[in-house]
Amino acid sequence: MKAKKKKLIYNSVTFGLVIAAFLICQLLLSTGGMSRSFRGQLIPICCWIVMAVSLNLVVGISGELSLGHAGFMSIGAFTGIIVSGWMQRAFQMEDPVLRLVLAMVIGAVLAGIAGALIGIPVLRLKGDYLAIVTLAFGEIIRNLIDCLYVSVDGQSLRFGFLNNKLPGDLLMNGPNGAVSVQTIATFTAGFVLVIIALIIVLNLTNSRSGRAIQAIRDARIAAESVGINVTKYRMMAFVTSAMLAGAAGALYGLNFSTLVAAKFRFDQSINVLVFVVLGGIGNTMGSMIAATALTILPETLRDFGQYRMLAYAVVLILVMLATNNPLARAFFGRIFAPVKALFRRKKPAEPDLKGGDAK
Amino acid sequence: MTEARKHRSETKMVPVPSHSIVPERDVNEIPVLETRHLGIEFGGLKAVDDFNLTIGRTEIAGLIGPNGAGKTTVFNLLTKVYEPTSGAVLLNGQDLHGMTIVQASKLGIARTFQNIRLFDKMTVEENVRIGLHNQIKYDMLSGILRLPRYWKQEKRQHERAMELLDIFGMQDLADEVSGSLPYGAQRRLEIVRALATDPRLLLLDEPAAGMNPHETEELMENIAKIRDQFQIAILLIEHDMSLVMGVCEGICVLNFGRVIAKGTADEIQANPDVIEAYLGKKKEGGK
Repeated sequence: MKAKKKKLIYNSVTFGLVIAAFLICQLLLSTGGMSRSFRGQLIPICCWIVMAVSLNLVVGISGELSLGHAGFMSIGAFTGIIVSGWMQRAFQMEDPVLRLVLAMVIGAVLAGIAGALIGIPVLRLKGDYLAIVTLAFGEIIRNLIDCLYVSVDGQSLRFGFLNNKLPGDLLMNGPNGAVSVQTIATFTAGFVLVIIALIIVLNLTNSRSGRAIQAIRDARIAAESVGINVTKYRMMAFVTSAMLAGAAGALYGLNFSTLVAAKFRFDQSINVLVFVVLGGIGNTMGSMIAATALTILPETLRDFGQYRMLAYAVVLILVMLATNNPLARAFFGRIFAPVKALFRRKKPAEPDLKGGDAK
Repeated sequence: MTEARKHRSETKMVPVPSHSIVPERDVNEIPVLETRHLGIEFGGLKAVDDFNLTIGRTEIAGLIGPNGAGKTTVFNLLTKVYEPTSGAVLLNGQDLHGMTIVQASKLGIARTFQNIRLFDKMTVEENVRIGLHNQIKYDMLSGILRLPRYWKQEKRQHERAMELLDIFGMQDLADEVSGSLPYGAQRRLEIVRALATDPRLLLLDEPAAGMNPHETEELMENIAKIRDQFQIAILLIEHDMSLVMGVCEGICVLNFGRVIAKGTADEIQANPDVIEAYLGKKKEGGK
């Protein structure tokens, strides 16, 4: 029961943490105890958490290095903006919740389709090659969006590529990005999205498909030899991850009144990867915490002025050292030992590993 | 040697048309495996050449030979890791030409690896459940939404995994991380995982490597037990001659990619070519 119980505790703690954080934030919001700058960060934090959780599915659970995650996010973001704007202007759909849900669903689907299209050629590659090709795809997506003009003309959407002479109300203005977006994203929607992402990733991990994905990561040849279709399951992880990124992107896009494609440069992909690595590869809760901390950090470092990003990098290096250095780990282990002992006291002694072997 | 041999039932081996022998009880059935002039070249080097072997439906067969003889290459050809450059592999009479590893697995061929390849970050039970991947199924959506089918099939997987682990008395280890198991237990787990795929033919690549004589003895008993219980054929590569001579009914000796002898344990031990391959050529006195 040991491993199973551990997993159950881990999952409950993960969900508990998210719900607790949400309730605390709601409380602070209602009492006005939250600073203005932090309030503006709430929705982006939710988006980056979902990004980190979804990239963790590819990097941690599936074991592939993907550097094009911001590309999927941008697809979701601009799809969401277009869908929301179109629904409002052409169909007078004023209900923001309905529009937001629709935007996120369609954003997720389109990002998923893009993921599948990219996955077909790319998932034949392994390791570094996959990383480089996904990076290139992320950049291609960004450059394509830079040339895209979209307008609402009556009831229909009009698309122009490198052609800004579109009739009607402009939703996307090429390199100037999306303009006059109605910001309908809410913190509650962000919280719901985080919960959905967690349910999908954690439930997938503990199911037949998830085990197949992890089997391919651990020993590809052995996985094939027991009859696991490698391409299918790598694709499943990749597309699921892209869809979550698309939904997060839609939420992100509808949080700002203007948005340019340059916001989703490849350093954003790297940023998400940093969340995943810092949180511990394969550790969903860890990447959530890292995403939160590293989204807040640059804001709190504003006092450093011009040296802000330098300080950010230094903090990052220190945290990496602290979490990966055996000495530092032992130090933190000693600090947390009394807390752990509280939980361990009533447990029976550890089963003897060698016992089963000797019979 | 006589002590070790007690596990090998005194099977009568009879010849079949393909210049091989199979146990008498299997002679009227389609052989589980038949290879015809199987060969593979790597850039001009013939790693395996003109390999002919027939294995009866419930036979325990052995594949032996000095290091580098091409034994594991034969396994890789049978399981479609390599596509042969000549010849054919027939599994239950069906040609495996052009198939993938996954397709071969679905047709009933399972294997273990010389260097253990477990899913070592996962638990023992999960390893077996992965072996059950194509036996007890449900789709991704039932898994994510935890539909009733998920619970039902997960329960079936758990029960079947426990049954299979029971073969080696490994039920207590079900929740251990497989990478942390002792070496012998890891080898046994690999066999259980292979059995979980419900194979017709089980290929074991050096199952006794790294085991002590006591464990090897136990493994011999278990190999015979698996055959009796599952009624499948087993082909094993092994350097431990006490195990090969003890449990294998038909033995095939490979040297430099070619079959140099086929026969029962007694025939193989008396074969001068085999002795030469293992010990080198005897000097002719005086010449």
